[in-house]
Amino acid sequence: MVVAFDEMSASSESCRPGYEILKRWLDSTPPDLLSTRRAEAELLFRRIGITFAVYGDNDGEERIIPFDIIPRIITAPEWTKLSKGLEQRVKALNAFLTDIYSKGDILRAGIVPQDLIYQNPHYQPEMAGVKLAHDIYVMIAGIDIVRVDPDTFYVLEDNARTPSGVSYMLENREVMMKLFPDLFAEHRIAPVENYPDALLATLKSVAPRSAPGDPTVALLTPGPFNSAFYEHSFLADKLGIELVEGRDLQVRDNVVYMRTTEGPKRVDVLYRRLDDDFLDPLTFRPDSALGVPGLMNAYRAGNVTLSNAVGTGVADDKAVYSYMPEIVRFYLGEEPILKNVPTWRCREPDSLKYVLENLDTLVVKEVAGSGGYGMLIGPASDKKTIEEFAAKLRANPDDFIAQPTLALSTSPTFVDAGIAPRHVDLRPFVLSGKDKVRIVPGGLTRVALKEGSLVVNSSQGGGTKDTWVLDA
Amino acid sequence: MLSRTADNLFWLARYVERADNTARIIDAANRLAAMPIAYAGGSNEWESAVAATGALGLFKSLNREPTAENIIDFLAFSPENPSSIRSCLERARVNARSVRTALTSEMWDAINGAWLGLRQFDGAARDRMKLNEFLVYVKEASLRFDGSAYRTMIRNDVYFFSSLGTFIERADNTARILDVKYHLLLPAEESVGGGLDFFQWSSILRSVSANTAYHWVYRESLKPWLVADLLVLNDQLPRSLASCYDNICAFLDELSLAYGRQGQAQRVARSTRNRLQNATIDEVFSDGLHEFLTEFIADNGRLGQAITDQYLA
Repeated sequence: MVVAFDEMSASSESCRPGYEILKRWLDSTPPDLLSTRRAEAELLFRRIGITFAVYGDNDGEERIIPFDIIPRIITAPEWTKLSKGLEQRVKALNAFLTDIYSKGDILRAGIVPQDLIYQNPHYQPEMAGVKLAHDIYVMIAGIDIVRVDPDTFYVLEDNARTPSGVSYMLENREVMMKLFPDLFAEHRIAPVENYPDALLATLKSVAPRSAPGDPTVALLTPGPFNSAFYEHSFLADKLGIELVEGRDLQVRDNVVYMRTTEGPKRVDVLYRRLDDDFLDPLTFRPDSALGVPGLMNAYRAGNVTLSNAVGTGVADDKAVYSYMPEIVRFYLGEEPILKNVPTWRCREPDSLKYVLENLDTLVVKEVAGSGGYGMLIGPASDKKTIEEFAAKLRANPDDFIAQPTLALSTSPTFVDAGIAPRHVDLRPFVLSGKDKVRIVPGGLTRVALKEGSLVVNSSQGGGTKDTWVLDA
Repeated sequence: MLSRTADNLFWLARYVERADNTARIIDAANRLAAMPIAYAGGSNEWESAVAATGALGLFKSLNREPTAENIIDFLAFSPENPSSIRSCLERARVNARSVRTALTSEMWDAINGAWLGLRQFDGAARDRMKLNEFLVYVKEASLRFDGSAYRTMIRNDVYFFSSLGTFIERADNTARILDVKYHLLLPAEESVGGGLDFFQWSSILRSVSANTAYHWVYRESLKPWLVADLLVLNDQLPRSLASCYDNICAFLDELSLAYGRQGQAQRVARSTRNRLQNATIDEVFSDGLHEFLTEFIADNGRLGQAITDQYLA
């Protein structure tokens, strides 16, 4: 396998810009101290109760995501480029969604195939022709970025449904500031603590036009048994809004109310962390006990804003992803600042042929998959696994895309054997309001803790790091 | 506030209070059971402990031998008993987790910490030393919860609902303990005050942690009617019915003030408090203590329902 680009040191001698102080500190700090700090960090996380549940794992109902105490550093010029690219990307996503749920220009222009949209399980026919208050579908995006060399950042995924992880960005920073005050004094690290403020401003900006001057925002959660429940309650608390479950809401005359100790109270904006299918049993899954009967009627009547909008999943589908460069050019008339990973769409016969011939070098993903489940990492798989996967691929080629196995950049990580390079990615959070796009400098860095592993998902043994964006 | 949040807070406080009470009941029963029969009297101590928690029917339906070990396990650890200490702490945490945003970090810490520490007591039903540690652990957890609520919470509806849960549960527990024990202890026609039942009386007081208080208030040796007076009518004792209802009425008044209206809950609570304030222990006994307590427990339940209907549904 190719030796990956290391973000701290390109070779054993050199040190990349931004990392000078950290490297010196790491070289001079005894491993014992690092172990102690790591133990303290774990204790802090456990005490705060930052947990997540792994589905299908009865033993560990609640776990904490492993936290690596060595930060990942991004310099000011790097961040400037990234944030411009992110803003561009999210603007294009919103324009694309507005278009495909109304006129469908991009489909008629033949740039994106119609069947890819209209037959997509995440396309919501209920949304066709629905005019959203401010033409914003994706108020909150978590764009996954990977890096392969000093100059190349790829977008790996556009998470446009209900991206999670921002609580870790915030809590990781809090814990790091407690544990390493000296390092913070020596660096100029851009703060992230204003994220909740930016989020609330964004959500209020997209309130329905009929809402009062100071609209009521609430966070809709599936409940305490959801794997991201900690994050839901954390955010509701930071935003100072109610954390509601479906049963707390009721719809009367197409207006949404929450049940309070003082009677029903109108809700104008729902930051929903519940998937489309569960939102309204009258429109979607009739067996959903998590949703609110009549919510879609209130939504279509323009009396409540759902954030993100219904039907955004069609934009972060991995097959649609492969068209993102064209989508950016089509709506914005600009060249994409952030690159896409080269992607073979298995729905196209030539691509399928190539993919089947090169499975041992490629990464193959389900177009609708997430969380690192159901994917094949060719170079890390044995023959039998590859053959089994090939059979699945031949049976349903439309369901898959393939990408080259990227040598994701590595970042120094404190593991049992000491400090060693581990592969990382980055999920910055992009907020799109009526007034502007807001991006807090930072994001969630996920790290594959197993040596050589490229899977950073927390459900598959990944950990997190604090992400420092250095101020110029 | 969301009705569900208020409901979670109310029950969170009730579960913590219930866990604490059950710990005290086990503690008291444990002491009595360890005494020679000549001092402690009959051998139904453990059964009456189960009765005092209101779970005798459930225990019998499980068809377990009523041995000390089985009963301790049932009261303290069994998942089959929804009111066992462990069940209470687990449910308290589930409730707390749903309303994290309404709790102060100290309160969350008290509940989450208590829950995290539970597993170190596996097997304590068979190990007296460990059991004692467990009971102390539970009492300290509830003290920590109450203390952090008292010290850190804003005095708004969040605090009022959680406090209402505490006092309604406490009133229920005190009434049950007194009712069950009193009956077992007071055979008709038999004079009380002999050496034999001294330990029984003191065990009632111990289970509501009022042993010292009794002596400070009455400065007399233990008398059944004074024990009843203390637990029912004396508003200085924090676990007495009168004191619980003073608090309940105060918190319900705060709520009606904050929300600008009152309802059935306030009326039900006030009528019960009036009865407690106007009664004398002689009247209570002449009408029958058991009848009085039965009615009280029913009224207390009605108040819980009225609060649910008015605010939590």
